Amino acid sequence: MKADPKGVLTGAHFLDGDHACSEGALSAGCRFAAGYPITPSTEIVERIASRFPQVGGMFIQMEDEIASSIAIQGAVWGGAKAMTVTSGPGFSLMMEHIGFAAMLETPCVFVDVQRAGPSTGQPTLPGQADMMQARWGSHGDYEIIALCPNSPQECYDLTIRAFNLAEEYRVPVMIMMDECVGHMTEKVVIPSPEEIEITERRYTTAKLGEYRPYFTDGEMVPPIAKAGDGHRFHVTGLTHDERGYPVMSPEVQEKCVRRLVDKIRLNAERIISLEESETEGADVIVVSYGITSRVSVKAIEMARADGIKVGHLRLITAWPFPEKRIRELVGRTGAFIMPELNYGQMFFEMQRVIDGKAKSYLLPHGGGTVHKPEVIYRTIKEAALECRPQVEESAW
Amino acid sequence: MVNNNPVSDLLRTDRMPHIWCSGCGLGTTVNCFVRAAAGCGLPPDQITVVSGIGCTGRVAGYLKLDSFHTTHGRPIPFATGLKLANPRLKVVVYSGDGDLFAIGGNHFIHAARRNMDMTVICVNNFTYGMTGGQVTPTTPTGAIASTAPYGNTEDPFNLPYLADSAGAVYVARWTTFHVRQATKAMKEAIQKKGFSFVELVSPCPTLYGRRNRMGDGLDMMEGYKENSTIRNGADTRDVGMDISGKIVCGKFVDRERPSFLEQYNTRLAARLGPSYKNYEGVL
Repeated sequence: MKADPKGVLTGAHFLDGDHACSEGALSAGCRFAAGYPITPSTEIVERIASRFPQVGGMFIQMEDEIASSIAIQGAVWGGAKAMTVTSGPGFSLMMEHIGFAAMLETPCVFVDVQRAGPSTGQPTLPGQADMMQARWGSHGDYEIIALCPNSPQECYDLTIRAFNLAEEYRVPVMIMMDECVGHMTEKVVIPSPEEIEITERRYTTAKLGEYRPYFTDGEMVPPIAKAGDGHRFHVTGLTHDERGYPVMSPEVQEKCVRRLVDKIRLNAERIISLEESETEGADVIVVSYGITSRVSVKAIEMARADGIKVGHLRLITAWPFPEKRIRELVGRTGAFIMPELNYGQMFFEMQRVIDGKAKSYLLPHGGGTVHKPEVIYRTIKEAALECRPQVEESAW
Repeated sequence: MVNNNPVSDLLRTDRMPHIWCSGCGLGTTVNCFVRAAAGCGLPPDQITVVSGIGCTGRVAGYLKLDSFHTTHGRPIPFATGLKLANPRLKVVVYSGDGDLFAIGGNHFIHAARRNMDMTVICVNNFTYGMTGGQVTPTTPTGAIASTAPYGNTEDPFNLPYLADSAGAVYVARWTTFHVRQATKAMKEAIQKKGFSFVELVSPCPTLYGRRNRMGDGLDMMEGYKENSTIRNGADTRDVGMDISGKIVCGKFVDRERPSFLEQYNTRLAARLGPSYKNYEGVL
């Protein structure tokens, strides 16, 4: 399906990442948003508050992030494509409803413009320390999808992709921006509506009285219904059977939760997207995401100028984590470096996958600003020397 | 199985028997509710019920309507999103005193302030039944609860006064003894445009009645009969409940105020001019 032209502001624009995300939501067909003001994400809902009434959408500023994160889910079950937008402290408050969305399989989008934490931290300055919270923040076992844009253009593009993935897998999808990407202004090209692919919600075709909300018919993702269509269905956050009815047995728990996990894990390769540069034959690979990837590019250029064979692997999808690709590279590459604006989050996931078969270097940073390229550059050199000790440093 | 019940079309009979204790008033409230729903003039497909967590939270699962069992304290914001996505739905929030007024209290006052078009039914049994009888924001001062073993040392909310002050356009209170009045109140509340609120005082003999020596479910119903007075139109400031067990019942508030969507569309039409199309849902 193509995008509804009403929401698509076709043309070349000069936008910051926050506003580009708003436009991405509009292009994706999002017509309901709920939010609570929080720096550095507020610009997203401000633009939505202004734009939605002109395209038949509804924005409501709720009393807190808890309310926002479940109001969007009510809207989805009423037939809307919906999202909420926040930053760290608000994201913490939303955790319960990420689990609720995972359990009911409610397709929806959460945007987290990350700032430096913990707690109130540095509201106007960048961080990347919510990455594990995005993956594990709600209680219980479930899987989510998380995307990491590194430019305003990608804030636009990935917001559309987030809505499409949410529909395809019936999961909450998180857009893990950061303050730098959110507030950086660049050229954003919005294509024409017929160039934008939209994944439609897959509604049940069951006859009235025969719809079972979690009957998958052998597939991984069941079709959905919306309130008012006559199916008179019931859904619950309790462990449930195919009818959506609560069942307190270990067998139903296994069946219910296993599918929530498997529908993402078994489709990981279809979901994951990466950007790679000279990773084949590299001695050292820098793995990065979000704003840190742009600092890494500078450091990599410096190292390449020295003759070091350094590759760059950018995580566009943070979750699910690209295990398969990293395992492939581990056999050929001596060292992996990850700079991130935290004291080690995605790094430890990477280290788990590397499993001691290559060296791994964490470049931690408390946030508040970005890494200096020189710091990454020095680590690249150090790692290259460790991997290829036969090459004299002077040869560089 | 429930056979030949005139409202069985609105009940998930395949889920019976329910989990509620004998003597609990919840079944009575559901009986009243389905009769109100059947008699309100709306097709059942258009009525959606949203519950939170707790004994009352289980109501949604026993109703053969589109029904959502949400998270603790959050049925009102879920209902807000649902209503705004599809304003043709009649959205009813059905939950307990702990869910709606402790963890969910903030959402209640804001939905009332907005005059969000929904009906909130609170089954008030003065306790958290599902977790074993803890003190709630409606437990009378001095009453015993598992987490107030020496008696509740806090003052309770007066729910009709809270709803009234926050802006609800319809406020009523009945007990499970007053089945006809409760049914009528729920029907009126469903038919009312805007934020309507019905408090149903209901016995929890297992956890509240037992600790407070109120006897079994039938004894508690006798108590409602003896201790309640009907004062329609009473000033909500005067209807608070205390340990004496005296209950003022009636319809306290029934007034007009533009609903959230009416106010929204009026404002936007005035500001955006003829280009603005009234918002009537996302579809």
